[in-house]
Amino acid sequence: MPVINYIEADGTEYSVNVAEGVSLMQGALDNMIDGIIAECGGCCVCCTCHCMIDPAWSDAAGSAAADEAEMLEMVDNTEETSRLACQVKVTSAMEGMVVRLPESQY
Amino acid sequence: MSNTESAVVIGGSHAAVQLVISLRQNGWEGSISIISDEPHLPYHRPPLSKAYLAGDISEDQLALRASTAYEKLDVSFKLGLTVVAIDTENRQLQLDSGETVHFSKLALCTGARARPLAIAGADLQAVHYLRTMDDVKGIQQSAASAKSAVIIGGGYIGLETAASLTKLGVAVTVLETESRLLQRVASETTSEFYLRLHQEQGVRVKLNTQASAILGETSVTGVSCGDKHIIDADMVIIGIGVIPNTELAKDAGLAVDNGILVNEFAQTSHADIVAAGDCTNHPNALLGRTLRLESVPNATEQAKTAAASLCGIEKPYSELPWFWSDQYDVKLQIAGINQGYTDVAIRGDKTSRSFTVFYLNNSKILAADCINRPKDFMLAKKLILQNKSIDTTVLADETAELKTLITEQ
Repeated sequence: MPVINYIEADGTEYSVNVAEGVSLMQGALDNMIDGIIAECGGCCVCCTCHCMIDPAWSDAAGSAAADEAEMLEMVDNTEETSRLACQVKVTSAMEGMVVRLPESQY
Repeated sequence: MSNTESAVVIGGSHAAVQLVISLRQNGWEGSISIISDEPHLPYHRPPLSKAYLAGDISEDQLALRASTAYEKLDVSFKLGLTVVAIDTENRQLQLDSGETVHFSKLALCTGARARPLAIAGADLQAVHYLRTMDDVKGIQQSAASAKSAVIIGGGYIGLETAASLTKLGVAVTVLETESRLLQRVASETTSEFYLRLHQEQGVRVKLNTQASAILGETSVTGVSCGDKHIIDADMVIIGIGVIPNTELAKDAGLAVDNGILVNEFAQTSHADIVAAGDCTNHPNALLGRTLRLESVPNATEQAKTAAASLCGIEKPYSELPWFWSDQYDVKLQIAGINQGYTDVAIRGDKTSRSFTVFYLNNSKILAADCINRPKDFMLAKKLILQNKSIDTTVLADETAELKTLITEQ
């Protein structure tokens, strides 16, 4: 099970195991990581699981699909590697991945 | 807060899960338990009629939280058990097993159940409702051998089910008593779009049609629509709305009126009992009225307020309602509640698969149906919350940016 390192905006770090095939969003929820709200539960409709993938793993995370990219365009605090965590499924290539969370999901 | 206190949640729902997490986050040190009449750990309900029915995701993927999360939270479950009475004086719950459970604080997250249809044959095999995971397992079992299905009710649940069954290769007929689909909740333009979408996918839609009886000996053979008009079918799904589960609260003497009545802090008429989710009738300051919602975001956000109240923290609940529906490759996102609208403005080509219907009153946006328009949805939420008269010509003019209407950040 790959280790994913989530870092909240205030610097709090969580190093947790997330099974392959599970989304970065679900991995955060299962470990009570506050920075992910996930109002819609992972259906790519609410934009409250925004995260920034550390550039070292951005290839492993892949790129956003059209609807995800459109939602992200409307978020104020995005970066080049921003994704919706519900749309990123964990793979073995993500071992050690660093995922930063924004200060607010709204 | 003492660690000898016990918080008990009735219902294994979205609201229940958020509520127990928020209790711990707010420093609740006592015991926490969830009593649910379903045999499963709480799961995501929205995908039931969509990805889960269509077979795109598994039962494991439906779980709201991994079981290990509840261990970390020190939350215990009593599954497959029904609370039959709340004794508010002795702070005790009576379960159908005969067991009694004590509580210091109680949360009602009892949700809603499918509204039953009282016509002949509604108790036949292969007649289903769609509210729980077990309901969907029953539908999948019927669908495995069914060639045709009748869906009674042309609301969102009926239409999502029509899309999923079509994907499974079942020939679907939708019956709607009104003159258009989604009549209670959407504009004519939205209704016309969904009628066309389903017809293009091969679904037969019969408007102004009321099912008078479900036919068959043991299992379904068809649906009668009065005056000798019979539609052959191997299975039937009834989706005609829900009834909030309020009986337990009412019998316990709590105030109930189209839902368990709560204030903006999710408190019921009893000081140590809160309620959250589909079962509540609650005030919303943004909308200036009370309402009952069938909505996951409402359940989770109201649950945060309810948990805060149980911990003695005031966190008033007032969020803009929003909803979504997935049918085929079309994603609908709805911001706000359109009740009371007098005008609509349409952005984009309403004959295409990508446009937005804005609902207006006095040049203020009340709500928006965004069909494959995620950007419009994000902006519509901001425009509704802004609550100001706007230049409505911009809405219908695709060359004008919606962003220009936003005056506050």
